[in-house]
Amino acid sequence: MSDAAAHEFQFSSAAHQRETAISGIWLFLATEALFFGPIFLAWIYARLADPSAFDAGGRQTELAIGVTNTALLIASSFAYGVGLACIEFGSRRGMVLWLLIAWALGAAFIGLKFGVEWRMDLEKGLFPGATFSVHGPSRSGAQLFFAFYFFSTALHGLHLLVGLALLAWIIAKARQFTSERHSPVRAVGLYWSFIDIIWLILFPLIYLIGRAS
Amino acid sequence: MTHSAAHVSYLEDGHTLRSWLLTTDHKRIAILYLVAITFFFFAGGVAAFLMRYNLISSHGLLGSAETYNRLFSMHGILMVWVFLVPAVPVTLGNFLTPLMLGARDLAFPPLNLLSWYLFIVAGFVALYAVVAGGVDTGWTFYTPLTSLYSKGHVVAAFIAIFIAGFSSIATGLNFIVTIHKLRAPGMGWYKMPVFLWSLYATSVILVLATPVLAMTLLLVAFERIFGIGVFDPAIGGDPLLFQHLFWFYSHPAVYVMILPGFGVISEIVPAFSRKELFGYKFIVWASIAIAVIGFLVWGHHMFVAGTSLFSAIVFSLLSYMVAVPSAIKVFNWIGTMHKGYIHFDSPMLYAIGFIGLFTTGGLTGLFVAALAADVHLTQTYFVVAHFHYVMVGGMVSAYFAGLHFWWPKITGRLYPEMWGRAGAITIFVGFNLTFFPQFVLGYLGMPRRYFAYPQQFEALNLLSSAGAVVLAIGYLLPLGYLTWSLLYGDRASANPWGATGLEWSTPSPPPTENFAVTPIVTQAPYQYEQPEAVIHE
Ligand code: HEM
Ligand SMILES: [Cu+2]
Repeated sequence: MSDAAAHEFQFSSAAHQRETAISGIWLFLATEALFFGPIFLAWIYARLADPSAFDAGGRQTELAIGVTNTALLIASSFAYGVGLACIEFGSRRGMVLWLLIAWALGAAFIGLKFGVEWRMDLEKGLFPGATFSVHGPSRSGAQLFFAFYFFSTALHGLHLLVGLALLAWIIAKARQFTSERHSPVRAVGLYWSFIDIIWLILFPLIYLIGRAS
Repeated sequence: MTHSAAHVSYLEDGHTLRSWLLTTDHKRIAILYLVAITFFFFAGGVAAFLMRYNLISSHGLLGSAETYNRLFSMHGILMVWVFLVPAVPVTLGNFLTPLMLGARDLAFPPLNLLSWYLFIVAGFVALYAVVAGGVDTGWTFYTPLTSLYSKGHVVAAFIAIFIAGFSSIATGLNFIVTIHKLRAPGMGWYKMPVFLWSLYATSVILVLATPVLAMTLLLVAFERIFGIGVFDPAIGGDPLLFQHLFWFYSHPAVYVMILPGFGVISEIVPAFSRKELFGYKFIVWASIAIAVIGFLVWGHHMFVAGTSLFSAIVFSLLSYMVAVPSAIKVFNWIGTMHKGYIHFDSPMLYAIGFIGLFTTGGLTGLFVAALAADVHLTQTYFVVAHFHYVMVGGMVSAYFAGLHFWWPKITGRLYPEMWGRAGAITIFVGFNLTFFPQFVLGYLGMPRRYFAYPQQFEALNLLSSAGAVVLAIGYLLPLGYLTWSLLYGDRASANPWGATGLEWSTPSPPPTENFAVTPIVTQAPYQYEQPEAVIHE
């Protein structure tokens, strides 16, 4: 049975099965891209109605935390990439080590984003609604900005949490992977980098555009 | 799962409830879907029936606009998301894709099962939204009604659609990957049956358009829950943006509803004309063209919503373009039938009905895609008739055509042919009686979505409601005799219609692993014998 267990019966070989899984992930990421797409589109479009008010909202954000978080995520993807290279060269221990680093960096992002930054935002009264703290002519536009801000960062954070769970799962299963068979490591890696890319679009939308004008 | 007992029919491979509810066999999952879809179809049908009952009198027999609003919303939501969008892909598509490819299963069988569970959850959340008091926004959920004012269970309906969407995405993803990766040796792209090309085009739309709807609904839900959001004009948001995003999904989604039907018809017409499919490559590329152009026409739903004249003209032109590939297909089916040796069995009766009704629906689509005409016709019963001709006359007929055609393969039983024909004809007559008067009503100016109407429209409405009774009988007939055939129908041979296609080369019902030996494909599809040869048979 060991041979049959190596691949499911609809595939002709284990390699065939691995390739197919990777195609599936790519397609899933295409879906995800179109899932986030409407936010980006709506964001840019909404700003056009009253750019200066919208930007006034953007300037309330915490640039230092945003930059730090961006660095954390990029470093995390880098660490994951090194981990993947390790398993390709047969070093399971190297993979686990680098994936732990990737996991820690991702967790640091979550902590900074929601534990520190969101709390500061909420304390400053930036959640849209009656208690919103920006007054004057920019009030509406700034609220609109923060509606986008909270919505999209929450959604991105949720994706990141799923990513952390997947990473933990890969680390827990590390013993199963070899230099030949590690398609789950590759698949999760694609997803992990994808969340990064989403952030790289959110970052300028949140922190830079408002300050640039 | 062990498959040690060689070549057991998939129906015999386990009899416990558990063997069904935890199956990953694409054929069993198709059956699970078939049961669920049938249930939701009749649930949506009950709502439609009550609407037609209300409209018998110009005062509205139900006596309440509130009730009527909830009925048409429930009807639309159930029919679109838990019947029409999934119908053919999840039942026939699930059953046939691996069989037609010469494969043993889809690429990701557990994902397939998961998508069924998501679907069931979605369906029941939708039913919950109805039972808890309903939704009064229509299936289109326009803001700011949905985001700020409606008192119905909008968020529950959204959750249902959101989950159903992920079920669709899972199915689409599975099909695309399967078609790329699991074709039998020799099965080149142009050797694939058109049904699979149609499913492929459908799946592309499912995977790329559904997430846009999912996000749009999330944004509205956010606005509804927090009272502040991106579609709120009070803070500079734009409710029209909702319409853009909604139709960016929903126009392609109408092609999700029709493309699989095109696929079914393209299998049936050659089989019952005993001729090769005319213009195979044209049909194939027409499907792909529809999937692509279908993404570029959403603005034709917004001609009177205050978009600019320029954008309206562009969208009008593009809408005309999307009709071209559909027309190509119609010509190809007729070209296939031309000088064919036509058998009028039930699948073919449905298919011929489909061609006529779809053409009527498609052509009236051009009426409403014409700017000047649409200003008059939009929001009237003309639009209602247009889309029911394509979705019900077209798609539901195609679904029934396919169900009858592959019924012997799926169940291993033959259904009673005379009953089948009676059903097909009853549905055709009932359908036209119900919906043709609505073209006239709309042309005369009767608006849609009102529970009462001016008295002058009463006669035509009565006719339409009478037609609905005939149509309902037509739909109940197959429910009766198909169920009957499960127990008492004659046993089917492997290929009762003498059709081409790998699915007919394996026993009816197929064994769990589909093919004892993986087939090797050498021929193009639809190599039917010449009519002369058949006549002398
Ligand atoms: C042949 C090409 C088609 C064209 C040019 C076309 C054009 C149109 C246009 C312009 C409208 C908007 C009318 C209005 O609201 O004033 C419309 C509505 C609609 N069409 Fe089509 N259509 C086509 C095919 C289809 C197909 C194949 C389906 C479904 C299977 C479909 C389903 C619908 C639906 C559901 C609506 C109404 C949406 C609503 O407001 O509730 N159409 N069509
Ligand atoms: Cu449309």
